[in-house]
Amino acid sequence: MAAPEFTLDDLVNVLRDCAGQSENVSLGEDILDVPFADLGYDSLALMEAVSRIQRQYQVRLGDEAAGDETPRLLLARVRETLAVAV
Amino acid sequence: MSTAPSKSTADPVVTGIGVAAPNGLGAEEYWNATVKGVSGLGVIARYDASQYPSPVAGEVLDFVAADHLSSRLLPQTDRSTQMALAASDWALADAGLDLAQVGEFEMGVVTASGSGGFEFAQKELQALWSQGPEYVSAYQSFAWFYAVNTGQISIRHGMRGPSGVLVVEQAGGLDALGHARRHVRKGVKVVFTGGVDGSLSPWGLVCQNTTGELSRSRDPESAYVPFDAASAGYVPGEGGAILVLEDADAAAARGAQVYGSLAGYAATFDPAPGSGRPPSLRRAIELALADARVEPGEVDVVFADASGLPQRDRQEAEALAAVFGPGRVPVTAPKTMTGRMYSGAGSLDVAAALLSMRDGVIPPTIGVREPLPEYGLDLVRDVSREADLRTALVLARGRGGFNAALVLRSGRSGAA
Repeated sequence: MAAPEFTLDDLVNVLRDCAGQSENVSLGEDILDVPFADLGYDSLALMEAVSRIQRQYQVRLGDEAAGDETPRLLLARVRETLAVAV
Repeated sequence: MSTAPSKSTADPVVTGIGVAAPNGLGAEEYWNATVKGVSGLGVIARYDASQYPSPVAGEVLDFVAADHLSSRLLPQTDRSTQMALAASDWALADAGLDLAQVGEFEMGVVTASGSGGFEFAQKELQALWSQGPEYVSAYQSFAWFYAVNTGQISIRHGMRGPSGVLVVEQAGGLDALGHARRHVRKGVKVVFTGGVDGSLSPWGLVCQNTTGELSRSRDPESAYVPFDAASAGYVPGEGGAILVLEDADAAAARGAQVYGSLAGYAATFDPAPGSGRPPSLRRAIELALADARVEPGEVDVVFADASGLPQRDRQEAEALAAVFGPGRVPVTAPKTMTGRMYSGAGSLDVAAALLSMRDGVIPPTIGVREPLPEYGLDLVRDVSREADLRTALVLARGRGGFNAALVLRSGRSGAA
């Protein structure tokens, strides 16, 4: 069985859903390397997002996941974990 | 921009008012309703409270948080914090103050809190026991917390000067202003202060019920009748007021509107029950008047704590009679239209007192049919009363023995 997909869209949806979206920030395709802090998400928002992903995909991402600084780093971690989990 | 604190000797002044109350959203809407005696009390509407022993409350039903706050703030804030943030925006707009012209460390926030974020906490506790710890929001870490309104207001407006929170049950709505005054006296230019409380969620209401002090009436029109022969408890409310308190010289220099000055304040603590010593509300009033250098005869109106519990009603009436003489000063309790809002009540009464002085009208106490004559109160009932008002006394008492008294002078009486 193939690992479930986890895309930038999925991540953005989780963030929007559990932490909202800052008014002057757009969450398009070009945010992969923009630090979460610049996207308006602080450490609690990331903890909340990580917790949501863990529940949704039935995986453990580890305590360090909330410290990932950019969407690219967090996406890589989630994909890696999902691949191993299969 | 000056960074050296310069202190004015005049009393700090209120230049902006933001209100979220069961009978009106925004200061003017609240005030218009209050002068007309329009009540915001009703049987709780946002869930079925019919089986609860005390189903009547003052809910702020027309507050929709998403209309006022970004989606980033909504998941991390309790309803009471959402109302506090909106009220702080309204107070700021009312003050006409450009915060960019004030140093970030010359602005502070002092609020009071009676209960913290009960509705938020109930949701997370339900998630905890029904689904598990991984379903509890990370924001629960601060969203329930007493200091959260101060913190969120500080973040929202970039106010990084001296700040804090007071947890003094209902007295806190005045104690916060007293503490804010200390900061202004020490050189802080602007302090956002007041209280916005609310714990009317099922869990919050059940907790409040354990005090045995809530009215068990199911009729909103007669459930909360302080100083009445039928008085038997109070109705809880949600909401409150955030005020902009400014250094008098700084306010004058920018040509600000001035509602009035915070001329006197005092807090006392009652002796232990059974000690045989009298309650200390009278002393709080006398100390606040002395602090304001105001004689009892100069006080034009009293906004009473109006507990709705016979013993405390009597204590308050006796204190007023002792200081002013029976029937010598008009007394009112517009919180009969909002319920007792814990830390929100004192701050909202301060807003009402300032607007009273501005418009020369005392808002009524509603619902009281049979005021006890032995209390000797000139209670303004049912319809508002016109009067030339220059000095107002506001009282607030907190469960557990807290008393606070605050003296306001009208904007017209000048800063001196």
